[in-house]
Amino acid sequence: MTESNPAATGMNVDPTALLGAGGGIGRQLLVTGIAILLGLAVGGVLIIISGAVKPDGVIDLTLPLTAYGAMIDGALWDDEGLNLRGIGSTLNAATPLILAGLSVAFGFRAGLFNIGANGQFLVGGFCAAIVGANLVNVPILLALPLAIAAGAVGGGLWGLIPGALKAWRGAHEVVTTIMLNYTALLLLNLLASTTFRDPAATFPRTPDIQPGTDLPIILEGTRLHAGIFIALLAAVGVWFLLFRTTLGFEIRTVGANASAARYAGIRPALIIVLTMTIAGGLAGLAGSAEILGITRNFPAEYFTTLGFDGIAVALLGRAHPVGVVGAALLFGVMRAGAGSMQRATEIPVDIIQIVWGVILLFVAAEVIIRRLLPAYRARRRAPAAAAA
Amino acid sequence: MAEHSPTDATRGTEGPPPEAQSSAAIDPGAAAADEAAGGTAVEPAVAAHPRAPTLEMRGITKRFPGVLANDHIDIEVRPGEIHALLGENGAGKSTLMNILYGLIGPDSGEILIDGEQVHIAGPANAIERGIGMVHQHFMLVPVFTVAENIVLGNEAMANPVFLDTHKAEGRIRELATMLGFEIDPNAVIGDLSVGIQQRIEILKALYRGARVLILDEPTAVLTPQETTEIFAVLRRLAADGTSIVFISHKLYEVLEIADRITVIRRGRVVGQADPKTATEEQLAEMMVGREVSLVVDKGPASPGDTVLSVEDLVVTDDRGSVVVDGCSFDLRAGEILGIAGVSGNGQDELVEALTGLRRARAGHVRLASADVTNESPRELSGKGVAYIPGDRQRFGLVLSYPLEDNLVLTEYHREPYSRFGVINRGAIARRAAKLIPEYDVRTPSQTVHASTLSGGNQQKVIVAREFSRDLVLLIADQPTRGLDVGSIEFIHRQIVARRDQGTAVLLVSAELDEIMELSDRIAVMFRGRLVATVDAATARKEEIGRVMATGELEARAGAAT
Repeated sequence: MTESNPAATGMNVDPTALLGAGGGIGRQLLVTGIAILLGLAVGGVLIIISGAVKPDGVIDLTLPLTAYGAMIDGALWDDEGLNLRGIGSTLNAATPLILAGLSVAFGFRAGLFNIGANGQFLVGGFCAAIVGANLVNVPILLALPLAIAAGAVGGGLWGLIPGALKAWRGAHEVVTTIMLNYTALLLLNLLASTTFRDPAATFPRTPDIQPGTDLPIILEGTRLHAGIFIALLAAVGVWFLLFRTTLGFEIRTVGANASAARYAGIRPALIIVLTMTIAGGLAGLAGSAEILGITRNFPAEYFTTLGFDGIAVALLGRAHPVGVVGAALLFGVMRAGAGSMQRATEIPVDIIQIVWGVILLFVAAEVIIRRLLPAYRARRRAPAAAAA
Repeated sequence: MAEHSPTDATRGTEGPPPEAQSSAAIDPGAAAADEAAGGTAVEPAVAAHPRAPTLEMRGITKRFPGVLANDHIDIEVRPGEIHALLGENGAGKSTLMNILYGLIGPDSGEILIDGEQVHIAGPANAIERGIGMVHQHFMLVPVFTVAENIVLGNEAMANPVFLDTHKAEGRIRELATMLGFEIDPNAVIGDLSVGIQQRIEILKALYRGARVLILDEPTAVLTPQETTEIFAVLRRLAADGTSIVFISHKLYEVLEIADRITVIRRGRVVGQADPKTATEEQLAEMMVGREVSLVVDKGPASPGDTVLSVEDLVVTDDRGSVVVDGCSFDLRAGEILGIAGVSGNGQDELVEALTGLRRARAGHVRLASADVTNESPRELSGKGVAYIPGDRQRFGLVLSYPLEDNLVLTEYHREPYSRFGVINRGAIARRAAKLIPEYDVRTPSQTVHASTLSGGNQQKVIVAREFSRDLVLLIADQPTRGLDVGSIEFIHRQIVARRDQGTAVLLVSAELDEIMELSDRIAVMFRGRLVATVDAATARKEEIGRVMATGELEARAGAAT
C-alpha cells in the first residue's frame, strides 16, 4: 500500500489502457508469448491432474505433451505431413474469430468497449441468411457479394444504435451493447420461428440460402470455405483504415485523448457513431461468413459466444489487426485440435477453454509478467524518469 | 520577506556551518574518487560529527538508455535545512529524488542517513528510514477524508478489527497546529483546495515520521497566495529540525525559501549557491549553462488593422453559471494584448469560446470583420487562428502519439499530410524532421511518444505545430506554465517574433510578470468582465495587481500609504 509510483497514478478502466502499456513490438510479442506459454503450462498441470483423477488414473508427467501434440496433429500436421482437413477446420474456426476480434479491437481504438459483437454477429448472420435465401435468379457474381454485404449492413446498423446512444445521449456502450445482445437473440429467435420461418423445416429456422450465395469450398477434401479471405481482407482493411487514413487518425485520437481530439477539430460524437457502426459491420461480416459458409440458414435457437470470444481475441491481439489474426489462428488451432486431443488422451475438450482463460488472465494482468522480467523493470521506468 | 524574520532568526542559529565536508562533498571529482566501497571508512569523522548531515548522497550515478540522468551527484542536507535542488526540466532532479525514495536503484553511489550507509529498497523502506516525499501530482484518494488519507497504509488499530480514528485525528490536529494551520481531519479531500491538499501530503509524510521531506516542484500547482502559505509551513517545519529538499526550477522561489542551493545541469552538480548573495541571473546561467535573458527583448509594437473584435460576449461554465459576463475588446494585427487576472475569473471560458471549444451564450466574435461566433475549432483554425492551450497535456498533445503525429494534430487533414482521406506518412515525417530542429525540441527521435518529453519540450512541440502555418490570430493560454527559464525565453521570443510578423496575439496568463513583460496592452479580467485596459509601457505592476484583486482601477490615492 505504501508504494506510490508516480508512473501509476491510479486505476483506469479506459479500454485504451488494454492496448498495452506501450513498449515496442518486440516487447509486446514477448509479453504475449510468455502469457501463452504460462497458459499452456497451467493447462498442462490441469491435464496431469485430470489424467490422475480418473478411476484408473496415474500421474503422468508427459500427458500434457501428448495432449498438446495430439492437438497439433488434429489441427495442423501429423506424422504423415500436413493435415489438410485439420487446417481447414482451423481456418474455418479462425474466420469468425478474426472478424469478431477486429470488431472489438476497432472499438478499443476509439476508446469504446464493444461488448455487443455477439448481437451484431447474430443480426448480420440473420440478414445474410434472409438476403441469401431470396436472391433467386441473380448472377452469382452479384448474389454472393450482396449476401455478404447484407451481414455487414445488418451488423453495422445494430452497432450504430449504441454508438448513437453514447454520442448524443451519453449512455455507456458497455451497458447498451450488452442489452442489445439479448434484444438481438430474442428478436431473431422470434423472427426465425414466425415471419421468416421455413415452412418445410422440421425445427424453426429460416429457409436455406440459394445455391450460389454460399461461400465456396476452396480446398478440396476439406470444409474450408472462402470466408477466410473475407476475414483476411477485413484485417488488411482495418489496418489501412486505422493507420493510413485521416478517419483512422481521428478514431485513434478520440480514443487516446478526446479533449485533444476536440482541440484538433475532430467531432468525437460523430467518430463514436462511425466507429460503432464499422465495428458492428465487422461483427456482422462474421455472421455472414458463418451463415453463408457453414450453417446455410439461420436457426431460431442460434446461440453463440463468438462476440465474447472476439473480446478475448482482441485483447490477446493487442487490438492490432495483425495481432488479432494471430490470436484468432491460435484459438482456431486449439478448437480444431481439441477433438483429436480428447480422442488421444481422454482429456475433456473444456480444458482448452481453461487454457485460453489463463492466457487472457496473464495478458490482462501484464504486470505479473513484467515482474517476471527483471530487465524490463528498469527499462519501464526509464522513459518516465528520463523525461523528468 | 520581513514578515518571516522569526524563522530567519531560527535559521540563523542553525547557521551556515563552514565545515570542510560541505565543500568536499560537492566536488564531483573527489566524490568519484571515493565512490568505491571504502568511501565511508575514509571519513569516519563525518558519522561522529554532531553536525552530521541528516542525509547525504554520494557519487550517485544512474544511466538510462541513451541518457546519463545522474552523473556522480553529491548532495547533503543538514538538520533543519531547506536545501533547494535547482535545475531545468530533464536535468536529473527527479531521477535523483526517485533514487532517494527507492523508486529506482542507482547504478552506483551511496546514500547515508545520519552518517550511516543505507540501502533503500523501495518507498516503504524509505518511509521507514524517515524519508517523506510530496509528489507534484498528489497521491490522495479524493473520496476519503483527510484522516483516512493520512493514515492510509499506516493505520492505527483500536483492536484487530476497527481503526483507531480518534487517535489518528488527534495526532493530525497536533501536527497541523505545530505547522501553524488548522485542519478538519474529517473533511473529504475532494472538497479541499489544491493548496490544502498539498499540506495534507506534507502532514502524511510527517505522520509517518519523516525527518527528510522531499518536495517535487511543490508550487507548480499553487496560486501565489498558496505559495506564500506553504513557504511559511516549510519554514516552521525546518525550524523544528526537519530537513527539506525543495526541487524547483523557479529562481525567485528558490532564492526566497532555500538555505542553500545546489544547481544541477545535465545530470551533474554544477555548483552551489548561497541564496543571500546569489542573483536570479547567476542562477539562471548556472542552470542553463549560458547567459539567459530574463527580460523579454522586444521593440515597440506597430499595430495594424483590427483582427479580432469581441463584443458583449457571454459564456457559461459547465454548471451553467455565467462566467464571462459581457466581455468586449479589440485586438489589432501586430500587437500583444495580455489578459491578466486571478485565475478563475472567466479566462478559461473566454479562451474556449474564442477557439470554438465552448459555445457563447450571447455576443459576437469577429475575425477580420467576418462574424465567427460559435464556429468550430476546425473552421477557426482554417481561418488562421492558432491556439496554445493552457492544459497542454489535456488539449495540446496526444501523449501516446509519436511526436510526428502530434506535430500534425491540427493539420493532418490538409495536404500534403493527407490526400483524399489517406495519410501521407512521408510528408508527416518530413515536417517533423524540419520542425524539431527549427524549434529546438530536444528529443532522441521524432517517433518517440510525446509523453517521454519534458514539459518544456512538449510545449515546444505545440508551439512548433501552431506557429508553422499562416497565422492571423494567436491565442496563447499560459504558454510558459511550469517551464524552465530556457524554454520560457525561447517561447517568449517566438511569440514576439510572431507579433513582429503582424500576427495579433492574445496572451492569457496568471503570471503577472509574464503579462507585464510580453504585452503591448494589458486588460484585467475580473469576475467575467474586462475591467481595465492599460498601456503596458506605462502600467505599474502594483496597480495591476490591485485591479486583479479588487476589480477597481481608481484606488490609487487611497493606496498611496
